[in-house]
Amino acid sequence: MGELAAFIILSALTLIPAVVVVTSGNVVRAAMSLIPSFLGVTGLFVLLGAEFVAGIQILIYAGAIAVLILFVIMLTEGGTGLAIRQLNEQRLPGIVVAGALTIGLVVLVLRTAWPLTAGTLPASNVTAIGTAFLTDFILAFEISSLVLLVSLVGALVIARKEV
Amino acid sequence: MTVGLTHYLVVAALLFGLGLYGILTRRNAVAILMGIELMLNAANINLVAFNRYVAPAAVAGHVFALVVITLAACEAAVGLALVMAVYRNLETIHVDEINLMKW
Amino acid sequence: MVITAWIIPLLPFLAFWLILFFGRRLPGRGAYVAIGAMLLAALASFRLFLHLAGGGEPLHSRLDWLVLGERALAVGIQVDALTTVMLLVVTVVGSMIFIYSVGYMHGEARYPRFFAYMSLFAASMLLLVLADNFLFLYVGWELVGLCSYLLIGFYFDRPAAARASMKAFIVTRIGDVFMFAGILLIFFTIGELGFEETFAAVEQGRLSGGLLTAVALLLFGGAVGKSAQVPLHVWLPDAMEGPTPVSALIHAATMVAAGVYLVARLFLIFFASPGHGALTVVAWVGGISALMAATIAVVQDDIKRVMAYSTISQLGYMMLGLGTLGFTAGIFHLMTHAFFKALLFLGAGSVIHAMGTNDIKRMGGLARVMPSTYWTMLIGGLALAGIFPLAGFWSKDEILTEAFHNNPPLFYLGLVTSFITAFYVMRVMFYTFLGERRWEQSHGQPGSAHPHESPRVMTVPLWILAIFAAFIGMLGAPFLGNPFHAFVRFENGEAVPFNVTVAALSTAVALAGIAAAAALYRWRVISPATVRRALQPLTVLAERKYYFDDLYALTVVRPVMWATRALRVFDLYVIDGAVNLLGAVVVWLTRLYRVFDLYVVDGVVNLLAWVTGRLGAALRYVQTGRAENYLLAIAVGVILIILGGLVR
Repeated sequence: MGELAAFIILSALTLIPAVVVVTSGNVVRAAMSLIPSFLGVTGLFVLLGAEFVAGIQILIYAGAIAVLILFVIMLTEGGTGLAIRQLNEQRLPGIVVAGALTIGLVVLVLRTAWPLTAGTLPASNVTAIGTAFLTDFILAFEISSLVLLVSLVGALVIARKEV
Repeated sequence: MTVGLTHYLVVAALLFGLGLYGILTRRNAVAILMGIELMLNAANINLVAFNRYVAPAAVAGHVFALVVITLAACEAAVGLALVMAVYRNLETIHVDEINLMKW
Repeated sequence: MVITAWIIPLLPFLAFWLILFFGRRLPGRGAYVAIGAMLLAALASFRLFLHLAGGGEPLHSRLDWLVLGERALAVGIQVDALTTVMLLVVTVVGSMIFIYSVGYMHGEARYPRFFAYMSLFAASMLLLVLADNFLFLYVGWELVGLCSYLLIGFYFDRPAAARASMKAFIVTRIGDVFMFAGILLIFFTIGELGFEETFAAVEQGRLSGGLLTAVALLLFGGAVGKSAQVPLHVWLPDAMEGPTPVSALIHAATMVAAGVYLVARLFLIFFASPGHGALTVVAWVGGISALMAATIAVVQDDIKRVMAYSTISQLGYMMLGLGTLGFTAGIFHLMTHAFFKALLFLGAGSVIHAMGTNDIKRMGGLARVMPSTYWTMLIGGLALAGIFPLAGFWSKDEILTEAFHNNPPLFYLGLVTSFITAFYVMRVMFYTFLGERRWEQSHGQPGSAHPHESPRVMTVPLWILAIFAAFIGMLGAPFLGNPFHAFVRFENGEAVPFNVTVAALSTAVALAGIAAAAALYRWRVISPATVRRALQPLTVLAERKYYFDDLYALTVVRPVMWATRALRVFDLYVIDGAVNLLGAVVVWLTRLYRVFDLYVVDGVVNLLAWVTGRLGAALRYVQTGRAENYLLAIAVGVILIILGGLVR
């Protein structure tokens, strides 16, 4: 019972700011709305027993990415706060397509007979994830670190001032 | 009633759709990137939900979600760097004004 | 020996090709090659003569030429007495004339070509004479006709010469058609072309009666054309347009004698026709030609024309001789005539060369100026008149004797012609060489005013021929046993003995003719104009050449020309019209095709381009350059894939 309530609240926390993100005329407000959305997602993760992922979600998404986005908004014209039309001429097709896709996905989800397995996650999330990373998913681990390096260098190169 | 897999999946689907709408309709390049982040989050919810309800023995879904988060961060960094560069050269970040590739 | 016989015609033939290709670079610009070939041929002929005269057998050499089924048509050459006589005549007289031509044709632009043509002629004539079958005979016959055409028309830039060469060729062609018909008849009757086989057929009776007479007369048709007998005589006077050596060789000594040779060679065919019908025709044609031509010669003022008509007349004599069974007589006269007529022509050429004109009325008193020419021509002229002891006397006398025995009316005809012959030849001599020098009065007029004797290269042959003309008659002299008769005779013919009465009569007649000419032209007893007026109708007839040319012009030439004009119109409008119509149709079709090409083919290509353009113009809108449009496309694509997955 309580799980359900928590679920509904957290879903609302995720979805309603998300609506603000995609419809707000003020891009700063949109950026700020990202954070509660991310927090909602964190809550959902915790509800699903993925503590480590939830922690990382807070750290990275709400902490780094959202801030980064705000930085860039400030550095570009969005920081002026002027109310400029934010929506382009693709409104109608966008609604149609997004709506179609959503409806399609929902229908799909509801129709499919998922092979549910009863069971519990490993007790210590962190240990399990750490072990998995360094044994089963060592390649993904290494490559993602490589990607991080590359994107770091790339971002630096792209964003620096031309001398 | 208990919260089942489908609930999470539906939420994720809705979030995905919102993110898609944002990508398709926003003028500001950064707003498009925000939409992308929402879509990635939706994917993460899916992954973790599946891990919990379909394969709870291992933590493969968590691992995958972590990799996605990592990559989202990289992609956001690079994308925002691109937006900065575009802003510096074209004085605008409204994507409908960036049409140098138009015929 | 047989090789000797084969090379005789080949030597001048080779000379012809050499001169034709290398003329200018050869010694003497081709002349010496030609003369050399002829002299060698003469030596070879003399060798053959010695062989036969010494009692050798006649030669016969054959090759299988055409194989028809199981039979082979064999062609080849034969050498008997008649052949050697002809060979000697052609080669000796020919050599003299060639040497003479070196002087006469000096300075002529186409000098090598002249000798090339003359060599070809000599080769053809020798082939004709050596032939032992109708094929070679006909080939030689036609080739000499061709050479005659080429040589008469040697100065082809003169319209008169061009016309004369065509006239000669066409008229002799008419005769040749008859001859060819005769040859075909023989071939279809006995299936062979050799003389030997033909004679065998005649003796066996396979070829006899009316058919034989018809064959003989058809063959004689060719002789009539080639030997310029009436009615196909009209080409010979016009042929004098050619250079004088040509007139001497071809139209006096050799080619025109080919007709006589034909009758002699095929004498058996003529002899075996029932009642000697064919031979009678031959004799009368010859007699009429002799008389008619002699009368025309009297009124000619062109020295060469006189000689031309004289030739027709003398050929008539030969035909008369052969026709009255005088085989030996006819051939004997052929031989003597060749020498003295060639001499007369060359002498005339010498005079023309010096005077620059042919007109005897513009000459006179040349005896002192050109003594060699004068004396040699006098010998030739007296030989022609038939004065003892020159060659012409013996041969003409033999013919008259034969005629007296076998066909008396023709004897009287021949006698009258003798008178006229002596008359006209002396007339020419008096006008040309004696009397006052008419050319000295015409100073400043065109034509030579300073005649002189011709160079030695021209006078030496004259003297050589004069010696022959003087003494060769001795071969037929009865007091020497008439060796010629022993050598050349027809087996079935009886020998006619020498008749003193006939000899005396013919000599008297000749002397009378000379006296008459002297009376008119030398001693001026009567003026020629008076005589002319007295014989007015006859004179006009003679001057108009008995209207033969006019008759032919009206009946033959005009219709043929009309037909050619009609055909030309046909060719121009019908044939050319058809071709032009075809061309126009093709052009119209191409225009049609052009339309097709322009609108359909080009249209398809342009349509393709237009479609591509339109497609591109339409598709270009995909490239908006805006990221959000591309994102929309991606999203739509994803939906479609999902739908696809759902559907499946």
